[in-house]
Amino acid sequence: MKYNPKTVIAAAVLLLAGILSLGRYGQAMDQMNALETVTIDSLAELYQPVKFQHKWHTKMASCKDCHHHTTGQQDMNPNCFRCHAQSRETSRVACKDCHTKKQFYPEQVTARDNRNLYHIDKPGLKGAYHLNCVPCHVKKNAPSHCEGCHALTEKGKEFIQVQDKGKNKAAAAKESHAH
Amino acid sequence: MNKRFNRRGFIQGGLAASAAATVSLAGKTQAATFEGYPNSMGVLVDLSRCVGCRSCEAACNKEQHLPAPEKPFNDFSVFDEMLHGQKRRTDETRYTVVNRYEIPGREHPLYRKIQCNHCQEPACLTSCFVNAYTKTPEGAVIYNPDVCVGCRTCMVACPFYIPTFRYSSAFHPRIMKCVFCYDTRLTKGRPPACVESCPQEALTFGRRNDLLDMGRQRIRENPGAYEDHIYGEHEAGGTAWMYLSPAPFAQVGFDTSVPKEPILNYVKDFLSIVPMVLTIWPALFAGFHLLAKRKETRGQQTKNEGEV
Repeated sequence: MKYNPKTVIAAAVLLLAGILSLGRYGQAMDQMNALETVTIDSLAELYQPVKFQHKWHTKMASCKDCHHHTTGQQDMNPNCFRCHAQSRETSRVACKDCHTKKQFYPEQVTARDNRNLYHIDKPGLKGAYHLNCVPCHVKKNAPSHCEGCHALTEKGKEFIQVQDKGKNKAAAAKESHAH
Repeated sequence: MNKRFNRRGFIQGGLAASAAATVSLAGKTQAATFEGYPNSMGVLVDLSRCVGCRSCEAACNKEQHLPAPEKPFNDFSVFDEMLHGQKRRTDETRYTVVNRYEIPGREHPLYRKIQCNHCQEPACLTSCFVNAYTKTPEGAVIYNPDVCVGCRTCMVACPFYIPTFRYSSAFHPRIMKCVFCYDTRLTKGRPPACVESCPQEALTFGRRNDLLDMGRQRIRENPGAYEDHIYGEHEAGGTAWMYLSPAPFAQVGFDTSVPKEPILNYVKDFLSIVPMVLTIWPALFAGFHLLAKRKETRGQQTKNEGEV
């Protein structure tokens, strides 16, 4: 029996592709392939962008802890699990791909009338970032105050009403006189 | 004259009139309590999310053009401030305040933001005799300084001690309180400034009815994470701002003795008889008085006539 070499190659390619794809779905995205750093700058206005040590954090958390069902791991959060028990990994996994920059505007508030929208109580982008990071930072005694992760911009200083040093001194002098 | 107006007729008429007035006014007091405008907005505050960053205070200060604070908004020593044994309160320079609460048995403190709760049936509004307050269909309780006479009854009436008075201004004194960013944001479909500034989404803005569903869902799906109660669902007859807490509400500074019905209900029955008292009683008792005096003067007259 003789095989056409072209058929053999085609079969081998198909088999290899099959194995690879199976492997991919079986193990989901590899944490070893995680990006080294991610610069989170899409909301930077009052605070400077965050240079997030992405790969370093994968030592302490698995993909699903932050990315929910999008990396192929099964998310056990009941709010997600209801629908995404069988969900496979998605092509886009960044927070901003699902969480909206604008939150609590009519698009989000009255969109609940849309019966096809199941993501009830889904945080906006700012909420998603902070709710992912802060609770764990608090628990592990990692920096959990604002400037522990991102420094204030000039606009931010104005917003927080950081007083200049001269003014602070004046206030301190006033206070010491009072005592 | 005597034929048309005798004592029996007068008393019968008076009794009939007062009975009629009592019956007609009694009907009014049974009017159903106002359960809020449909689709009115609210905010659900989740204390388990708040980390006490004070961004909401800074945002409110900017949005409402309030005076500069004594300490910058990233100074957390304010959580230790006590005045007359009380934690910080709203005043004429701040419509909202975040306070820290150490809870026995909890490793980390909890933080509670206070501001006007925007009651469904506000005590401030019902206590105001010049109608300076309005509950808008959007859910905000707003205030009109142009008609306010500065009596400050609303400050006494509020079960949450929220309205404050601008004592610092001799020429433009007025009530200072959170207005839900009504004119600058709420009417334009935008969330309040504090809500938009909150990094933790501890503040969720939405329709009050949706927020109640959301709050119950969070309680249901995170067993043990929350007290099984939404503060403000029924307190003071229901408020637009409501709270979820992981610790008993009393431990986080909430007044759990606030009645579960509008404050107005406590005075409604009394207030409804005031018009009757003011209109019918003077006529009735003046009539009695005149009748009694009439006999006296008549006796005096006959006596005088006899003497002559």
